[in-house]
Amino acid sequence: MGDMIITKNLSLKLAKHQILDNITFKVQRGEIFGMLGPSGAGKTTLIKILTGQMQQDSGYAELLGRDTKKLTALEHKQIGTMMESFGLYDRLSVYDNLCFYAEIYHVPRNSVDHILKRIHLYENRRTAVSKLSKGMKSRLSLARALMNHAKILFLDEPTSGLDPVTTREIHCILAEQREKGTTIFLTTHNMYEAEYLCDHVALLNKGSIVEYGVPMNICKKYDHLNKLRITLKNGEMTILENSAASALLVKEYLEENRIEAIHSTEPTLENVFIKLTGKELGGYE
Amino acid sequence: MNNIAAVFKKQIKDTFKNKAILIQFVMFPVLTLIMNEAIQIEEMPKNYFVTMFAAMYIGMAPLTSMAAVIAEEKEKNTLRVLMMSNVRPHEYLLGIGSYIWFVCMLGAMVICLAGNYKLKESIIFMGIMAVGILASILIGAAIGIWSRTEMMATSITVPVMVVFSFLPMLSGFNHTIAKVAKFIYSEQVSRMLNQVNNLQIGLENICIIVGNMLIAAGLFIVAYKKVHCLQCV
Ligand SMILES: Nc1ncnc2c1ncn2[C@@H]1O[C@H](COP(=O)(O)OP(=O)(O)OP(=O)(O)O)[C@@H](O)[C@H]1O
Ligand SMILES: [Mg+2]
Repeated sequence: MGDMIITKNLSLKLAKHQILDNITFKVQRGEIFGMLGPSGAGKTTLIKILTGQMQQDSGYAELLGRDTKKLTALEHKQIGTMMESFGLYDRLSVYDNLCFYAEIYHVPRNSVDHILKRIHLYENRRTAVSKLSKGMKSRLSLARALMNHAKILFLDEPTSGLDPVTTREIHCILAEQREKGTTIFLTTHNMYEAEYLCDHVALLNKGSIVEYGVPMNICKKYDHLNKLRITLKNGEMTILENSAASALLVKEYLEENRIEAIHSTEPTLENVFIKLTGKELGGYE
Repeated sequence: MNNIAAVFKKQIKDTFKNKAILIQFVMFPVLTLIMNEAIQIEEMPKNYFVTMFAAMYIGMAPLTSMAAVIAEEKEKNTLRVLMMSNVRPHEYLLGIGSYIWFVCMLGAMVICLAGNYKLKESIIFMGIMAVGILASILIGAAIGIWSRTEMMATSITVPVMVVFSFLPMLSGFNHTIAKVAKFIYSEQVSRMLNQVNNLQIGLENICIIVGNMLIAAGLFIVAYKKVHCLQCV
């Protein structure tokens, strides 16, 4: 069973709006899969369907080999989720929140300490969740998702609105999880996150997948120019063919130590997205 | 069983930090102690305040707290996370329900002590309280499940609670109200509380209380089906 998630022609209408339209993709074991899309694209809705919190109108979705309409305790034990609204107990302390779940998941208490140290919240363990910053809540919510050593993690915008340091910290934890063989399904509007972290991404716009693949390949596919852009130290910029024909000139520049930077003209995922949808990822409809 | 205990313990910790709920549990027992000591009027029936506040306690504390706890967990999505963490709906409800029943029974014990009952009367008093609190918890659960937010739960509980907790008192003043109130469990419970020294339970009393509980359970099931598995979308 190499596929952790399979969806086939998944569609959903809510209040006469087509929220998801003919979604088909697969997520393989051990990969980080990124669902990219602007606000309102249907990312959260998709996670809800995949985790059995909502049901589609038509099409098929499968999680860990079982129809998501019929998930059982067996599957629930193997997934960890971090939703947009973190679902933490505000009045309870950081520590009590995790201890409660430790009890439910049958994991020993000392693993709570361990995980608190890992997410750098050990010092704040006595603080009530209501007094935490957003970044701290994100980390705590992630910690809870990690607690049951899930086979597959569903993370809904795990880094949205966080500072670069916290974002990086979370990326580190996710990379660590991938090393351990955990499959991760995450949603994001952060292009950098997708390019850097994800093995596969799907670009979701208005409920449809408009592009799917390995991030680098997607960028290459839309690199219609296929050229090199060289910035020289004197501020001049030249565009060269990305071929052997340019080698001599580049060599010359290198020998004269005139090169400031070389870039390929392939677009970033962000540019691909704008091209495909006509709007920016972070933007709102 | 493990999950029920975990939910129960979580709720203990939470209550101590939740003043709105805490005051529900403490207010009437404390009021009873104070009023019972402070106000002594001749012709007043024995334990007037004790039985009156006991009946009001039943109509208010379990009902509002049960509804508020469930609705808050729905609103803040903690319930959804629990359901995805393999806590079953009945485990959650039993955990919260048994906790609230337990705390309310502690409150009832304080009220009972204020009444200076003999041992046998105390046992009967607590027995009646146990049934009344259970009925209120069922109604509170139905409202909590039905509501999407805590605000919504409050706006439903307030009128319901006023009816259940004040009818017994009002029916003491007005015969017409008494005729209608008879069919409400809190009135039945209140009547029983007034005769703990010589309790006579008829078929009618039992039927009304059980009937009320069945209606509450029915409403609960309807609400539960409507929001399928505690996960209101
Ligand atoms: N219960 C609902 N009833 C009707 N429409 C809904 C409901 N829930 C979501 N929608 C609509 O579905 C669309 C997708 O919502 P969703 O929350 O999945 O978007 P998203 O991609 O997660 O956005 P964001 O990045 O802002 O979190 C939105 O247009 C939203 O208005
Ligand atoms: Mg979302």
